[in-house]
Amino acid sequence: MANPTNLQYSKEHEWVRIEGDTAVVGITQYAANALGEVVYVDLPKVGSSTVFMKICGEVESTKSVSELYSPISGEVIEVNDGLTSNPEDINGDPFGTGWLFKVKYSELPDLMDSAAYDALTGEA
Amino acid sequence: MKQTALFEQHQALGAMFTDFGGWNMPIRYGNELDEHRAVRNSAGLFDISHMAEIRVTGTNAGAFLDFALVNPSSAIAVTKAKYNLICNEQGSVIDDLIVYRLAEQEFLVVANAGNRFNVVAALEERIKGFTDVLLTDESDDWALIALQGPVAAQILQPLCDQDLTGLKYYAILEANVSGIPVLVGRTGYTGEDGFEIFTPVSYAAQMWQLLLNAGGERLLPCGLASRDTLRLEAGMPLYGQELDLEHNPYQAGFAKVVKLDRDPADGNNGNFVGKAALEALAATTPDVKLIALVGEGRRAARHGYELFAPGGQTAIGVVTSGALSPTLGYPIAMAYISSSDPSLLLAGATIEVDIRGSRQPLSVTNLPFYKRQK
Repeated sequence: MANPTNLQYSKEHEWVRIEGDTAVVGITQYAANALGEVVYVDLPKVGSSTVFMKICGEVESTKSVSELYSPISGEVIEVNDGLTSNPEDINGDPFGTGWLFKVKYSELPDLMDSAAYDALTGEA
Repeated sequence: MKQTALFEQHQALGAMFTDFGGWNMPIRYGNELDEHRAVRNSAGLFDISHMAEIRVTGTNAGAFLDFALVNPSSAIAVTKAKYNLICNEQGSVIDDLIVYRLAEQEFLVVANAGNRFNVVAALEERIKGFTDVLLTDESDDWALIALQGPVAAQILQPLCDQDLTGLKYYAILEANVSGIPVLVGRTGYTGEDGFEIFTPVSYAAQMWQLLLNAGGERLLPCGLASRDTLRLEAGMPLYGQELDLEHNPYQAGFAKVVKLDRDPADGNNGNFVGKAALEALAATTPDVKLIALVGEGRRAARHGYELFAPGGQTAIGVVTSGALSPTLGYPIAMAYISSSDPSLLLAGATIEVDIRGSRQPLSVTNLPFYKRQK
């Protein structure tokens, strides 16, 4: 499972994709695999603010609940409503249909590139 | 951490592992929901070799077990099995067990992995004063493989020299499975039909592979994650959650397992360990009771979450096990709750759970949550 090279990564296993002044946020395949099947996801509200590396929601699998840390500071402008009925998208396509939310950001935090994240998670 | 004889098989299947009772066990191989559904709809294969097997033999084997456990084993017919509890003198639960009667003077006691040494120690203490009875901890000699699900019999029968239609639920027989001498119990921890196959440890890998091959696409290897959601749906207790040394059988809803009225001529004058305490407990209303709860939505009430009367500020109970039921699609839980307001124990009553800071209503229901169609 290759970590896409066009994304940036946090040490808490979230990914960020920059699209102009918008950042799309999700969790990585590594995180999804470690969690097990996601059955519920609690996302920040549209209009709320997220703060870099602060808790902004939670991801619940059959076996565990994990807090979601925002990999970027900004204002939430959209959340992935499809996850309400299909939380398993987070396991099936974490870098695609399993995205979590989008924020409008002003400052890019210091995140890892895919090579650094590969190294962190033991991917060759 | 200890490993079972099947550790390499699990690794080869890409299992993720977890510490369970001091054992490094597969928690899942792939998707635990697929594993859960495989057992409900077809079949699943579990390595439960961490479980403890204790053989009790001799003229007084039955009388000894009658004294040591709350449910008399001498009443078990040969080739049958019974669910049992081992309690201490205070009536608290040391472990829950299955006792199989292999022969007139031969029993096999299966205990939980994490309680192996507590159970063996308690039995060794209780055997003092008995003659002609031998206790042998055979846990290291056996691999235990559970084949569970509606097509379990279809998978096992062609490999087995014994007619499995004659093997009823909670019964056991000696058999030969593709040349391997085993004991096959029709027992399980999933709420489905199935077998627990006691396999000499030297044949463990061979048996595992044999069953996987025979099952083919009908069978998935399953880890402890699915085992836990399966047993929860079936309303079965897990030692360490529903049962522990803090609780007695009456609180846990196992009054029927405790046989207080014994035959005075049973060799123990009708006595057994914990009897006095259990008699006293049976005569009073338990202060807490194990109840079953169902919710709506997808957020599960999990182990350790506190329960409240609607709008109440003081916790009246705590969840012992909870999950979003993969079969039913809604949250299910078991919980200990104070019996001080009996109306809250009744099916249909509403109780609130604090899910990480937010209150969610749950309804009291009856166990099991899931019952297979026969």
